[in-house]
Amino acid sequence: MTRGEKKGTFGVLVIGIVLGIVLWGGFNWTLALTNTEQFCISCHEMEATPYAELEETVHFSNRTGVRATCPDCHVPRPWIHKIIRKIQASNELYHHFITGEVDTPEKFEAKRMKLAQNVWKAMKNTDSRECRNCHNYDSMDFDKQESRSADMHDEAIEKNWTCIDCHKGIAHSLPEGFDPAWNTPGEAEDEG
Amino acid sequence: MKKTIVTFVAACVIMLFTGGVIAGAVDSLRLGQDLQEDSKKPTKKKQLVVEGGIERSYKIQPPVIPHSIDKDKINLKANTCMNCHSEKTYKQKKAPKAGDTHYLDRDGKTTKTVASRRYFCNQCHAPQVNAEPLVENTFKGAK
Repeated sequence: MTRGEKKGTFGVLVIGIVLGIVLWGGFNWTLALTNTEQFCISCHEMEATPYAELEETVHFSNRTGVRATCPDCHVPRPWIHKIIRKIQASNELYHHFITGEVDTPEKFEAKRMKLAQNVWKAMKNTDSRECRNCHNYDSMDFDKQESRSADMHDEAIEKNWTCIDCHKGIAHSLPEGFDPAWNTPGEAEDEG
Repeated sequence: MKKTIVTFVAACVIMLFTGGVIAGAVDSLRLGQDLQEDSKKPTKKKQLVVEGGIERSYKIQPPVIPHSIDKDKINLKANTCMNCHSEKTYKQKKAPKAGDTHYLDRDGKTTKTVASRRYFCNQCHAPQVNAEPLVENTFKGAK
């Protein structure tokens, strides 16, 4: 190896490292930036309806002062799932900028059932993974729960139900036409 | 004549005193607080949770709610009370079912879901807090 070649290799290495830091850092920085509540509600579709509804719930304000923000429930934490969700989000951008599918509260209301069902399905498929980032059977003290809740949680463990099976509509309003039986796994009695 | 005037004055004086005494004995719900003063801050009260429910005080009383309802919502789109108390879910959730009268419309026809005139549960059913009654109450309902 001549002196010149050595210098060249060194140069490429340095440029590679710098570029790597800038690109990877920039990528992660963007990822983190788009993973904030501030970013989510920068679109009025999110701020006017889902966020306004969240503000009324226990996930927003409660006794102990812990708050769940949009990405806590709607963006997976494991890297690969996070990236997949981010790519899927381009569909949301498409509808925001091009079709304006839910750009008024009325349009949002008209689509609410579909939107809600999408989220319920996703949560069902992941066994409510995002809920379980904070809520864990192992850290639940059933003695401190109401007996009805404790009984249901016992049954849920036994029968492998997942959080969203019962807890639909806890952070945002339920869609019109919601059937209470959807929040009741197992055999719901139909007498109507 | 003189006698009448004396009697009248005496009666007035007596009324003045006794009236004052009676007026002094009246205790308002303000509990002797001056009208000009700021009212006292009420103590914080939590909605009660009573296992097994709270018995009715009289025969046709709408049962009071033995759990907190601060997370529940009743609006045009949804009624979260019905998540447990509906005809479809009450058995599974071990909750009392809304009464049969709640499934009748004004023409007496049976409805599939809770009739719209019974839709707003907390118009009749109230959650409870552990508050002392403002005045003593000896009401006993016919059971």
